[in-house]
Amino acid sequence: MNLIGWTLAGACGLAGLGVVAALVTSARARPVVVGGCTAGVGVAGLLAGLGALSGEVFHARLPALLPLAGVQVAVDPLSGWFVAVIGAVVAVAAVYGIGYAGHGHGPSGRGVQAVLPVFAVALVLVPAAASVSTFLVLWELMALSSLLLVVAEHRVRPAVAEAGWWYGVLTHVGFVAILLGLVIYAAQAGGGSFTDLRAAHLSPGVRGLVFVLVLVGFASKAGLVPLHVWLPRAHAEAPSPVSAMLSAAMVNLGVYGLIRVGFDLLGGATRWWWLIVLAIGAVSALYGILQAAVARDLKRLLAYSTVENMGLVFLGLGAAGVFHASASPALAALALAATLLHVLNHAGFKALLFTAAGSVLRATGTRDLDELGGLRARMPATTVLFAVGALGAAALPPGNGFVSEWLLLQSLIHALPAGGAVTAVVMPLAVAVVALTAGLAVATFVKALGVGFFARPRSATVSAARESQPVMLAAMGVLGLGCVGLALAPAALGPALSRAVGTATGTPVDVVRGGVILRLAGIASTMSPLLIVVAVLVAVVASAALVRLVAGRVTRRRAARLWDCGAGPPTVRMQYTATSFGEPLQRVFDDVLAPQIDVDITPHAESAYLLARVAYQRRIADRVEHHLYTPIINTARRAGELGRVLANGSVHRYLAYGFFGVTGLLLVLAVIR
Amino acid sequence: MTIGGLLATAGQVLLVMAGAPVLVGLMRQVRARLEGRAGAGIAQPWRDLRKLLRRQPTTPTGTGWAFRLAPLLLIGTSLVLAAVVPLLTTASPLDPVADLFAVVGILALGTVTLALAALDTGTAFGGMGASREMTILALVEPTILVAVFSLSARVGSTNLAAIVTATLHDPLRVASPASLLAAAALLVVVVAETGRLPVDNPATHLELTMIHEAMILEYAGTDLALIEWASAMRLTVLLGLLASLFLPWGIAGTSLTALPLALLAFVVKVTLLAVGLGTVEVFIAKLRLFRVPELLAGSFVLALLAVASSFFLA
Repeated sequence: MNLIGWTLAGACGLAGLGVVAALVTSARARPVVVGGCTAGVGVAGLLAGLGALSGEVFHARLPALLPLAGVQVAVDPLSGWFVAVIGAVVAVAAVYGIGYAGHGHGPSGRGVQAVLPVFAVALVLVPAAASVSTFLVLWELMALSSLLLVVAEHRVRPAVAEAGWWYGVLTHVGFVAILLGLVIYAAQAGGGSFTDLRAAHLSPGVRGLVFVLVLVGFASKAGLVPLHVWLPRAHAEAPSPVSAMLSAAMVNLGVYGLIRVGFDLLGGATRWWWLIVLAIGAVSALYGILQAAVARDLKRLLAYSTVENMGLVFLGLGAAGVFHASASPALAALALAATLLHVLNHAGFKALLFTAAGSVLRATGTRDLDELGGLRARMPATTVLFAVGALGAAALPPGNGFVSEWLLLQSLIHALPAGGAVTAVVMPLAVAVVALTAGLAVATFVKALGVGFFARPRSATVSAARESQPVMLAAMGVLGLGCVGLALAPAALGPALSRAVGTATGTPVDVVRGGVILRLAGIASTMSPLLIVVAVLVAVVASAALVRLVAGRVTRRRAARLWDCGAGPPTVRMQYTATSFGEPLQRVFDDVLAPQIDVDITPHAESAYLLARVAYQRRIADRVEHHLYTPIINTARRAGELGRVLANGSVHRYLAYGFFGVTGLLLVLAVIR
Repeated sequence: MTIGGLLATAGQVLLVMAGAPVLVGLMRQVRARLEGRAGAGIAQPWRDLRKLLRRQPTTPTGTGWAFRLAPLLLIGTSLVLAAVVPLLTTASPLDPVADLFAVVGILALGTVTLALAALDTGTAFGGMGASREMTILALVEPTILVAVFSLSARVGSTNLAAIVTATLHDPLRVASPASLLAAAALLVVVVAETGRLPVDNPATHLELTMIHEAMILEYAGTDLALIEWASAMRLTVLLGLLASLFLPWGIAGTSLTALPLALLAFVVKVTLLAVGLGTVEVFIAKLRLFRVPELLAGSFVLALLAVASSFFLA
């Protein structure tokens, strides 16, 4: 057993300890002890992942642990990348959770706290599974434990229960799809371990079927359209540290699964598979960010942004697959590297944004952007940290999201000389999707930061907000530093990234090189986030000095009233809200969003021409949910009601059902045998 | 990094700093003459700047660091752009630091700081300007990146020096359909990004129509001077970028002897573009805000055609 083995064993041990501790410790000590154990699980995962990325490999068989198939665990650089990302997120979110759950606020109950370490260890271990049965057991353990955590606050808000239903059903639809796909695969391959699957020779039809089935499953976990409907509900309604784990760690497993099965096991050399992946990714990216751009619930906005980012990741995966299938390994490696790096960057900024949103929720009691505002003065550290995360999510330099989107765009743009007509049509459209997504993301996060944290408070509870506790701030600070590090020194990840990509595609390529300046293999483009920051800072300091020199002493600021057109000071209600900020975009994308707008005009009693009051209400429902799921739910309900007619309580009728059923079965058997 | 490149880049930044207000003055003067007015002369923006730089900046009630930092960040990003984009020379030491995507990103960063500052004031004007500016920014982005695609696909690099040098070596490329379509698309982008007609009217202060002016309504004194200066510099750099991408002749490499010619060529090209833009602006009215997406969609189609033709006609 090497470092990876010991750390994974340690993670399991700490998780067990956490569960026991949650059940026996007092309510006061519980969040600290359980949070500590969960953070330990995360740190162990991070260490195991880093070990794998530095070139160590680990393989273990534990036949006694699970009946029939036994447990097989293996960690290679690809698993290591995901184990490390997930471990880091879990560790920080758990520490944040200590502060969040304390003082009787949030999920400090015995049951919830006991599930937390289980969820953490399942998350960390899923990428380490090396056989179909181990993978499925861990996957389901992760799904069930996360479901329990999502519904932790179901007594407080009714929306939580609804989110739980949606999540429970869709995650199991996905699970069944993965189960079917992998079981068919294992049956055809004649063995359940990933080594058997890799060596199997399947007919193209079976391979295609397996790929489509696992794609459905992994897309539902990553929250891609049209299987995304659970995500904005569950991620918004879960307690904030859990939201961070779901949105920054769990969705990544959908990506991992598709890379593992699609590239590594199935070999990935069929173009139409990846064109589907690319199309789903593109649609999800656009749909997710459009919904986020018009959202007014802060956590829902962040959840839709997760849909967007997972869409971008799948778009990159699709592009990598297309390049792989058209035999351009350098581009495939670059696109895959962009994908993996975006998974990491997204995990960093999304965990930061969700924890910051959690702090806002704790301090103000509301997630509604239309009621927030003015937090800059009341929660200065949280505001700065949210701004760091928002910069990453908006994919602007020098945010960390910019680096991975830059890599993705480089791989898409340089596809023309290599590919055929399909690439020539698909890649420009993919670039346009990435660009529009990036533009809308900028608008979305300007809204989240500008409306939520700047300006003046829009409601009384917000005016009384206080900065969050040191534990929470420390956890967010670590995430913020991580985002800054990822943004400024992405080249440091080059070797690890190349190893992980090499495991997936089978051909090791040195994708990202360089120190301060980022250089790519086979493409002449260069960029340096660090030097951009330095240059902008130098320019800012120089211009400040210039102004001081020219203007001299007049640069001292004078307090002034806001411009009010001479009509008295503008009130708080005159500020732009999130709804009004998103209104132009909502009008531009009217056909996609289809908002329901009710304007209720009450005239004065004396005259119809004088207005007493005007009420305006806007609701933007999820169109996919409305058009796809409502009919399914209605059909299921009607079928259920028909079933009630069949069972009216008469014993004679039930006996008749039994009689005719058995006779029918015997007849069928008599005919076919 | 060569001494020549360093000096040329420094000269380029100084030229943009000094010339940008003159360029804005020139465009106003062209417009005034065509409308039958005498005009204030091309040095008027410089006089305005001098006056504003001697006035105290204000801190409106309830604003914070976002409001105070935005002018400095805006001018900082504009200066970096002036140093990165090949206007006089292709040998800028900053060229490997920021490629065309990063240039687009830095440009957007400047806009975003201003939009956040506008939201920070907490007034209806600020919010309105920020919201409209962000909408346009989001819709402009696809056109820019797809046009970048068509320009850089054949060069194999998105770095500006590489693209410009490739065009210099193969002059016929400029007349190719891909290049012409991309030029048309990018021209619309430049108009939208710099807030010129028909997307935004830089001369208006009517709340129903203004975008950029609504965002900077609360600024005064040196702050306002910095913003006006930075806006003029962004206009100059973008027009210069357009000239360098599609008419790169005269631009200098590392040698210092070619610099005077490069300077002359740059001034002539940008003056011609500015006069052309100013002339066209006389004949068109501002579009309704919700008609702007149609204009941008048109430019996006041009950019997409540029990529398609660069592949299918090559």
